[in-house]
Amino acid sequence: MSTDTAVQPRGQVNDHQTPVISVRNLWKVFGPNAERVPGSAELAALSRRELRERARCTAAVREVSFDVAPGEVFVVMGLSGSGKSTLVRCLTRLIEPTAGEVVFEGEDILRADKKRLRELRRRKFSMVFQHFGLLPYRTVVDNVGYGLEIRGAGRAERIRRANEVIELVGLDGYENAYPDQLSGGMQQRVGLARALAGDPDVLFFDEPFSALDPLIRRDMQNEVIRLHRQVGKTMVFITHDLSEALKLGDRILLMRDGNVVQAGTGDELVGAPADDYVRDFVQDVPRADVLTLRWIMRPARDSDQLDGPELGPGVIVRDAVRTVLAADRPVRVVENGELLGVVGHAEVLDIVAGNQAGA
Amino acid sequence: MATTTMTGSSTRTTPRRRITKPLAVVGLLALWLVAWTLLRGQDMLELPRATLTDLHHWLNDVNDSVGASRNSNPLFLYFFNEIRAVMDALVTFVQGLIAQPAYGRPVPVLGWLGVVALVSYASWAFGNWRVALLAAGGFTLFGLQGLWQESMDTLALTLVAVFVSLLFGIPLGILAGVSDRFHRLITPVLDLMQTMPTFVYLAPLTLVFLIGPASATIATLIYAMPPAIRITAHGIRSVPAPPVEATDSFGATRRQRLTKALLPLSKRTIVLGVNQTIMAALAMVTVAALIDAPGLGKTVIKALQTTDVGTAFNAGVAIVVMAIVLDRVTTAASIRAEQGGGEANPRIRRLLLAGFGLVAAVCSYLSYTYLWASEFPEGGQLGEYLSQGATTVTTWAQHNLADLTAAVKDGVTIALLNPLEALLAESPWWLMGAVIVLLAALIGNLRAAAVAAVCVGLLVGSGLWNASMVTLAMTLVATLLVVTLGVVIGVWMGRSSRADRVIRPVLDAGQTMPAFVYLIPVVALFSVSRFSAIVAGVVYAAPVAIKLVADGVRAIPESTVEAATAAGSNTWQTITKVQLPMARQSLLLATNQGLIYVLSMVVIGGLVGAGALGYEVVAGFSQGQLYGKGLAAGVAIVVLGIMLDRIARAAAQRSDRAPSANQT
Amino acid sequence: MRSIVNKRVLAGVSLSAVAALTLTACGGDKIESTDAADSGDCSTFTIAINPWVGYEANAAVIAHVAETELGCKVVKKDLKEEIAWQGFGTGQVDAIVENWGHDDLKKKYIEDQQTAVNAGSTGVEGVIGWYVPPWMAEEYPDITDWNNLNKYASLFETTESGGKGQLLDGDPSFVTNDEALVKNLGLDYQVVYAGSEPALIQAFRQAEEKKEPVLGYFYDPQWFLSEIELVKVDLPEYQEGCDADPEKVACDYPVYDLDKIVSKSFADANGPAYQLVDNFNWSNEDQNLVARYIAQDNMSPEEAAEKWVEANQDKVEAWLPQS
Repeated sequence: MSTDTAVQPRGQVNDHQTPVISVRNLWKVFGPNAERVPGSAELAALSRRELRERARCTAAVREVSFDVAPGEVFVVMGLSGSGKSTLVRCLTRLIEPTAGEVVFEGEDILRADKKRLRELRRRKFSMVFQHFGLLPYRTVVDNVGYGLEIRGAGRAERIRRANEVIELVGLDGYENAYPDQLSGGMQQRVGLARALAGDPDVLFFDEPFSALDPLIRRDMQNEVIRLHRQVGKTMVFITHDLSEALKLGDRILLMRDGNVVQAGTGDELVGAPADDYVRDFVQDVPRADVLTLRWIMRPARDSDQLDGPELGPGVIVRDAVRTVLAADRPVRVVENGELLGVVGHAEVLDIVAGNQAGA
Repeated sequence: MATTTMTGSSTRTTPRRRITKPLAVVGLLALWLVAWTLLRGQDMLELPRATLTDLHHWLNDVNDSVGASRNSNPLFLYFFNEIRAVMDALVTFVQGLIAQPAYGRPVPVLGWLGVVALVSYASWAFGNWRVALLAAGGFTLFGLQGLWQESMDTLALTLVAVFVSLLFGIPLGILAGVSDRFHRLITPVLDLMQTMPTFVYLAPLTLVFLIGPASATIATLIYAMPPAIRITAHGIRSVPAPPVEATDSFGATRRQRLTKALLPLSKRTIVLGVNQTIMAALAMVTVAALIDAPGLGKTVIKALQTTDVGTAFNAGVAIVVMAIVLDRVTTAASIRAEQGGGEANPRIRRLLLAGFGLVAAVCSYLSYTYLWASEFPEGGQLGEYLSQGATTVTTWAQHNLADLTAAVKDGVTIALLNPLEALLAESPWWLMGAVIVLLAALIGNLRAAAVAAVCVGLLVGSGLWNASMVTLAMTLVATLLVVTLGVVIGVWMGRSSRADRVIRPVLDAGQTMPAFVYLIPVVALFSVSRFSAIVAGVVYAAPVAIKLVADGVRAIPESTVEAATAAGSNTWQTITKVQLPMARQSLLLATNQGLIYVLSMVVIGGLVGAGALGYEVVAGFSQGQLYGKGLAAGVAIVVLGIMLDRIARAAAQRSDRAPSANQT
Repeated sequence: MRSIVNKRVLAGVSLSAVAALTLTACGGDKIESTDAADSGDCSTFTIAINPWVGYEANAAVIAHVAETELGCKVVKKDLKEEIAWQGFGTGQVDAIVENWGHDDLKKKYIEDQQTAVNAGSTGVEGVIGWYVPPWMAEEYPDITDWNNLNKYASLFETTESGGKGQLLDGDPSFVTNDEALVKNLGLDYQVVYAGSEPALIQAFRQAEEKKEPVLGYFYDPQWFLSEIELVKVDLPEYQEGCDADPEKVACDYPVYDLDKIVSKSFADANGPAYQLVDNFNWSNEDQNLVARYIAQDNMSPEEAAEKWVEANQDKVEAWLPQS
């Protein structure tokens, strides 16, 4: 059951970069005398239910560690009650963590005093909420400029900046509308604009699209991808939706009962589930859409004719199907001029047909 | 005992516990009955009327020494006297504006035309057209009733009391909204302020703040401030979490969080608090008249001396109308505060604001300058008609209904009240006390049992145990009637909006008509008896219960009722199987509020033959040597209220938790 | 379109403003400032008004005379007895003009605190006792003797009296020994507290109307007696000192000489208003007449006082300060 929780950045993220956020052994326990739980080896080892009965405490986040690299979209995923929303709030201390470290740009946030914390929230972070958290008695402009107002910016500057981001999220023309005059999707665009307005280093998303209709949700996901390309912010994204996680996340952290179950890129989760829980979780994922050739290639055999087409290991299977099937010999998977392995009809068909044993 | 109160383990033993708890209650009651037959009449702790305990003597002495020190004590010289001076000045100022001759003029600064115009203008500006018309009509009515000046005196006093209540109440409420500690601290104080009978503190108030507007205002605001504090705190506490969290996430300071999120988001609730404060202040109009507060209350009290029901009713109607006008206007204002006025064009509104403001100003000027616009024209016969009508109806009722009502009185008294009173008051005190504590533990929890034990101790200590039990019996019967009415009429109103429209103003009248107005008719119909006291309590408390149930029934989602109808339920089944169970929260609240309202009428009950605690309070107010006993009786009423409230809350909490515990 | 609406609204509003202003032209009487209050050696005179009509009759007549004859500015304060007595100490009350006994208050404020002094009798005699409605006295003539009360106890039984006869007591302001009396006279009765005068009056009124039995505590003078002439039940005759121990009392209530109490400073100043109060003296009939004007003829106390004073100039003359 135990997993290596300290995840090393892999895949598209460069190994040598210092992380923006580095979380170590983070605990959040609710209940009386919560602070004794992380320190006590005995209590910390108890299951959630045992802990509740023994100490009347609930551990929402248990000994979680991970790093977020600059510019990355880092997804925390889990079902409801898994502790993911508590986790994201602990990162900015909207909920005070019980124990552990949250290092942001080299500074342990948990040690920051009130003033410093406020400063960080005003300049460095911002957050998009599941239920939008808009102020109903303010217009769109005033909602978007809200963070700036709290920061103490003058009215003219607020309006100028608000109008910029309103345009960025495609809400122009609605500047003077009130939130209750907008659809859910548009309200969340306001939330997004509000978060962007302060030009933060990190954006936190707490299940921002789960209250929206599927079609609008897809639009908004694309919007986030577009904005990420455009503004290149580091993003920490909470969701319970696996396809959303796979679609947006450079890397994904899967939580269950407050624990980290597995952390890695999407294809790592699907290709190498850490345990049965993860396997169950990812079983309905169309594997061809997620896995790359790296996951299905086999070592070249002597019998293989190694003059087929050449593809990189990061190519998604789905995108390679046509090439593989069109070729009459195995496709060579090559990285930096080195032959990593080959992919033939059998491997591709296994995946496309959904054959689990293939991995 | 211990096993039944362990709520945590409820899930595992559900099937067995479901049976044991009611069984335990029944068993306890049965034991009690057996013990009662054996021990009846022992250790009842009866205290003769004229006898005082040491505690009562001591309270008298304290009261006397306060009075004796008023000319030397620095607290008086530099604190109370200053407060009095400020209050007096405030009231005199407002009276000079609208009610009393002032500034060397034979009339107030503003005459009737100016007041009507300004009130209507403000009602329109903060509310809407409909309430502006209502306000204009209502205020003109005062003049037509021949009660212009009395009404303005009442309005002046009410405005000042409300102003001061809000000035302190809203900040305290905000504090109680953001600080759990302060909230816990102030809740029992507010309970005390709201349930302690006014009669208990009227006389000491005049000692401290002298006879005059200051004492009357302070008496009023002691009762009127708690709703402002409670509702403001509630408003702050029930602000939805997401916007507040968002505000925090942007690094707001505590002050920014308050001014930019909490306050704007709870504006509507706070305005409703203003509304409740006004209603509470108006409820004190007649009582404050007992210490020379000017206005409509005096008219009622004077009319009572000559048993002139008609004149009292006329003044009562003015109070009701003032209450309804202020209620509707503030409610409209709270809706505007939340939703805006819905005007399509803000420019037109600005123009209208200016235009009508001008009209109001012109009217005010006229009423300042000309006699016809200042003093309401004489010859309004309306008051006469109202008064004669009320007298006629009362006389008719007492001639034609008295036999019927006497039968009802005898029936309820013999079948319900007497047995219950015998059981409560004739049990030995230790038996009764033990039953109360055990019941609290069984249907509530250990905490409630502990509170009940302390309360039983206080009641015994007050020297008025027996009187408390007699009052408790009446209170329980009255509450039973209130809840019955609440369910029957409340469900009816909840299901039919036409019934609601017709009945609601009647309920408003029942709630705001001063009890002194219907004292005599009640005695005429039900004679001098405990049942008369119960009727007075029901008239006052039932409207609240009915409204709460009606709102609860109406709040049930349409789809649920639809589902029941689709499943082929008939009306009766829909009511009993869907609407009442789903309105359970409202029913509980209605019971609780009904109880508190009944208790607040205990003293009025003392004026129509209830005896017991109510009478002791009245006697303490009337005779100096009984002051200490009256104070003890007042405290006993508060203690009864707190005890019943805490037990009921614990029971409600417990029954709430039961179904949800099964899900986890 | 929008501007047309604007113009119309604006026009309407200004029209009504102008209309209101034209009314000004029609005029009417203007409000004139009043001159400062008329001077005299009597300035402000504050009377407490205790809550019963007989008291109000005394106060109204005194106030009327003080205003018209002495030029005083009279302030009336509606107060219960206890609070009115308190007012002497704080200088907020000058006079109480009908006092029923209240030996406890006399001891506290006249002897102990020395803030009040007695200003002599009003000339009115107060009788307290147990009364029955007239129809009962007719039907059961011997009921007016307390010795026969036990015989009739069952008549007076109600739901409130616990199987005994009901003796109805009234406003708790009044002195009552009734619980001790019932016990010491060996009566099979239970005292039930009506709690207020209106409730008591209503009970008697209804009893007479429907010929129902009622026995209750009442007092004379009281305006209600001129509506229905209640009949007093004779208790063992009052002897000096028979009510000394409230626990053991077994005799009727004494006849009260209703007196006037004034504040010490008011008396010491010895102004005209004080002399008026000090001299004031009339009879039960006088007071009953004025009380009837107020209670039954629906006159205001001021009108009632004026009417009586006009008809009784000679009596009023005697009250005025000699100068």
